Amino acid sequence: MSITVKDVQHVAKLARLQLSPEEEATFTEQMNAILQYAEKLNELDTENVKPTTHVLQVSNVMRDDVVKESLTQEEALLNAPDDEDGHFKVPAVLE
Amino acid sequence: MSLFQNRLPEVHRMLTAKEVSVSELTEESLAITAERDKKVNAFLTLNEEGARSTARALDDKLASGAARGLLFGLPAGIKDNIVTKGLRTTCASQFLKDFQPIYNATVASKLQQADAVTIGKLNMDEFAMGGSNENSSFGPVRNPWDLERVPGGSSGGSAAAVAAGEVFFSLGSDTGGSIRQPASYCGVVGLKPTYGLVSRYGLVAFASSLDQIGPLTRNVEDSAYVLQAIAGYDAQDSTSAKVEIPDYLSSLTGDVSGLRIAVPKEYLGAGVDASVRETVLSALKVLEGMGAVWEEVSLPHTEYAVAAYYLLSSSEASSNLARFDGVRYGARVDEGGGLLDLYLNSRSRGFGPEVKRRIMLGTYALSSGYYDAYYLKAQKVRTLIKQDFDDIFKKYDVVIGPTAPTTAFKLGSQTEDPLTMYLNDILTIPVSLAGIPAVSVPCGFAEGMPVGLQIIGKEFDESTILRVAHAFEQNTDHHKQRPQL
Repeated sequence: MSITVKDVQHVAKLARLQLSPEEEATFTEQMNAILQYAEKLNELDTENVKPTTHVLQVSNVMRDDVVKESLTQEEALLNAPDDEDGHFKVPAVLE
Repeated sequence: MSLFQNRLPEVHRMLTAKEVSVSELTEESLAITAERDKKVNAFLTLNEEGARSTARALDDKLASGAARGLLFGLPAGIKDNIVTKGLRTTCASQFLKDFQPIYNATVASKLQQADAVTIGKLNMDEFAMGGSNENSSFGPVRNPWDLERVPGGSSGGSAAAVAAGEVFFSLGSDTGGSIRQPASYCGVVGLKPTYGLVSRYGLVAFASSLDQIGPLTRNVEDSAYVLQAIAGYDAQDSTSAKVEIPDYLSSLTGDVSGLRIAVPKEYLGAGVDASVRETVLSALKVLEGMGAVWEEVSLPHTEYAVAAYYLLSSSEASSNLARFDGVRYGARVDEGGGLLDLYLNSRSRGFGPEVKRRIMLGTYALSSGYYDAYYLKAQKVRTLIKQDFDDIFKKYDVVIGPTAPTTAFKLGSQTEDPLTMYLNDILTIPVSLAGIPAVSVPCGFAEGMPVGLQIIGKEFDESTILRVAHAFEQNTDHHKQRPQL
């Protein structure tokens, strides 16, 4: 299973990363090496093996629907790169 | 002689007897750091004001005779992927270079409740991705034993700060070996708890099914103290385990007679340096001399662990790091090109190459058409690796081997090929996949550099691994060695 530069460009877009042509070339090479190494896992027959999603015994964690301590608007906006009227400000989303 | 050369109980005795004050301990830590950190670069942010103010309050507490926390007066460093309210937290990334957390991680609050003094935030591989601390966007950390060598990673700063005597203890995080491997390279004790023992609330997530916070200390007794202070169920962490926390200190009996040790042949095989193997075999002789018995066993799926780990952890990371979009926090780059460009530019300028590489790998492994072949397959292999350990623990109490295949390597010597770097974690990764606890304890030197012994236990059996590590340590001199800085 070989990855091409086009695959890398597609994945970069999904991951919201902008890569330079050099980075695209390097990543194509490195990802191919890593994924080739990962092919090793196909030596194992895992037909009847259950996947481990949680290594602990876990159950869903719920609590009563009561209002508890929360963040203030000020705290929530403390690291905002841009804000206005108590809102985070972003470039226009709709045309 | 530094106050930090004393055992923790001795320091507490000195405080009670008014031979030393908390403020003096804090000043000592800040002074040593100021001098040595120019060479080591363990710290990213110092908390001078905060530390001095806490120290004054603790000295008042001392004078008043009020009850004191378990870690009273001890200067500590915290890895910079653990949020500390009001104290800059960067994850060693340019993306978060000015980030001020608005809440405290549970472990940070617990350190406060235990009356420790936070000296500052420690350098690391960016977003905990790395094995050498060369992936920090704020410059690498250097190994106090040889400044031309890496301290290990990703908790490189945490290990180096303790080894250099800058702090009494530190907190690190471990996903595939990031506490244990740097502990091994820097000649300190590093413990990764059972998954779920220590709250992850406030730990910036890398791989949520693997991440754990743990202590780095100069000896095992200190490790038990810190673990006691930070372990325990936390309602804020949905993966926190509801288990009784034992008295770890009372397990340090010094007794290992009759202990059944399993030594996997895969852990002493071809990939491990001969000098590391020799050092570990000598350590096993010490344990035998104390009444333990060891046998060679096999963990047959060991060779598949690194591949499974990199698929799983990168996949989880690609999802966890999607939150860094430049909208609510972080280094936003807005060049007027619209929202998509805002994401592309902010993320691409903010993240270093290793972070990008893992996000790419994870995104690919989870993408349509590849999920079954990569992520699901890796989860199944994870089951097999855990089963290997479960089978061994039916007949043995602990599993022992080297923590890392080599001692610390030279800076820059492994940065060409990411895969070479990944293979340094071959001995620590299986433990992470199985979710079980392990501690790395210094067991000697090879070519002048520290070697770590990894002691692996059953889930929630930190008491046994601490007991074994402590008994071993007290029968050797390795924990008394200090680097010449």
